[in-house]
Amino acid sequence: MSKVSITFQNTDDARHLVDAILTDNPDATASVMPAMTKIDCEGSLSLRRDSVEARIGRSFDLQEIHLSIVTLAGNVDEDDDAFTLAWNTGAR
Amino acid sequence: MNAMQPPPKQKKLSLKERYAHLTRGLGWNTTYQPMDKVFPFADYEGIKIHDWDAWEDPFRLTMDAYWKYQAEKERKLYAVIESFAQNNGHLNITDARYVNALKLFLTGVSPLEYSAHRGYAHVGRHFVGAGPRIACQMQAIDELRHAQTQIHTMSHYNKFFDGLHDARHMHDRVWYLSVPKSFFEDACSAGPFEFLTAISFSFEYVLTNLLFVPFMSGAAFNGDMATVTFGFSAQSDEARHMTLGLEIIKFMLEQDEANVPIVQRWIDKWFWRGYRLLALVSMMMDYMLPKRIMSWAEAWEMYFEQAGDALFNDLSRYGIRKPKYFEVASKEKHRLSHEVWSTFYNYTQATAFHTWLPTEEEMTWLSGKYPDTFDRLYRPRFECWSEMEKKGNRYYNPTLPQLCVTCQIPMIFTEPDDPTTTCFRSAEYKGERYHFCSDGCKDIFCYEPEKYIQSWLPVHQIYQGNCGGAEMKDVLAWYHLNFGADNFDYTGSPDQKLWDEWQAQRSANAV
Repeated sequence: MSKVSITFQNTDDARHLVDAILTDNPDATASVMPAMTKIDCEGSLSLRRDSVEARIGRSFDLQEIHLSIVTLAGNVDEDDDAFTLAWNTGAR
Repeated sequence: MNAMQPPPKQKKLSLKERYAHLTRGLGWNTTYQPMDKVFPFADYEGIKIHDWDAWEDPFRLTMDAYWKYQAEKERKLYAVIESFAQNNGHLNITDARYVNALKLFLTGVSPLEYSAHRGYAHVGRHFVGAGPRIACQMQAIDELRHAQTQIHTMSHYNKFFDGLHDARHMHDRVWYLSVPKSFFEDACSAGPFEFLTAISFSFEYVLTNLLFVPFMSGAAFNGDMATVTFGFSAQSDEARHMTLGLEIIKFMLEQDEANVPIVQRWIDKWFWRGYRLLALVSMMMDYMLPKRIMSWAEAWEMYFEQAGDALFNDLSRYGIRKPKYFEVASKEKHRLSHEVWSTFYNYTQATAFHTWLPTEEEMTWLSGKYPDTFDRLYRPRFECWSEMEKKGNRYYNPTLPQLCVTCQIPMIFTEPDDPTTTCFRSAEYKGERYHFCSDGCKDIFCYEPEKYIQSWLPVHQIYQGNCGGAEMKDVLAWYHLNFGADNFDYTGSPDQKLWDEWQAQRSANAV
């Protein structure tokens, strides 16, 4: 069991990020707490720019997540199109 | 149609290309002075680095983006702070007891943000590679912002409540604040790689969720809009800081196999140092929030046991194992907050915040969260003190406690396998005997005794006459603590009187 995790503030911007992650990562689960939402997912999860743009109706720079993120767990890999969290579970 | 094609638009650089220009193109090797003189701290800790360019910030944040997003965060935060002050937001908190958690935060945590600012500015100067230098520079600026925004936000509470008037002074002097202060000074006086392992990895990555996340969610739950906002504004930087923490560990481990045992020893040390520091947070969560989010034990399970398992599983490919004594921390999770809150209740005459006994309703919550320990071990203690209070004989501990030389917490913790026996450890060094609260703290001392024999232990200092005088009132005056206002129980305090007046006025207005 190696779950990656990301937590967002419960803001209007982040609502769409949570929705995009839950849609694109079927194994992801969300726990809503006062003021924040924690998403957990086994192994890895991705936030895709096009999924966010489809929801907010404007172009979106993935670095805008810096405005709403609270915390994360997992190795981060970010490029222009996707923000990915993953644990390395295989042996070296 | 025969329209002319527009000239091809210059393609914007990708995120990876922009980051590469910033962190590779802007670095250079010095020629007027040899590199080892310019970077004198790079080698002495024994960490071997062969290729500094292998270090990469996964967020790939460039300076222009950094300023843009930080400015946006500040604008949002200050709009809330102003609106909170203009609308008398302090009237909307659940209960004035809650403000005591802020007092502990302002005196215990905010000065650490400032220390972190200095620490990152220092190590950022001393790393050879441009990647870690830039990440440390950004973090140094973030930490300064955190200290400023926290002081600014809580200054509103200082207009009405006691104990918030001189946090910086208190941080340097008050007995229980030597716990966070000495923790950070230990890190800042280490080398740059140990500092990053201590603060970026062990504290930020492994443990800081336990401080910020439940506490800020708790602030929201208790109606403190201003604190939630500074908390989340700071925490939005933490995701970047945590990532730096994990990257620096992987970077050291990948550069040379000889780094592995050094890093493991730092992880062991700083896990235990950080865990002991969080004892203050455990009591904040279980006792100081009028409306509670989750118990300390639940938070420990979520943020250390589960999240830590995944993390150390990932790092096991480098030969890194879980920190030493992690199992002791898990054994202590059902007693930690009760032992700590009891101690502050004992010494309420010397604290810059108020204490109280949990109400019957709160004790029911605690028994539910701690079914194996609360009713058996701690409820009887609270009931006894409550009886004493009713008879006009409120219990105060008149004796100054023995402190652990390493974590500087009074020796209040119990044996890992027996919560009814106080845990004492000791070691001799150069003819003197030193005392510890745990095997974890003893090991840390024994590895670097020359460092820890210099500890500024508040109780020793009081007895040596270095803290304002021989009487308690003299020492409290030296702390800048206002006797009779800042200290003692919440019941009967000026804070309570003021709060009750506001509440009475509110019910009167409602007619």
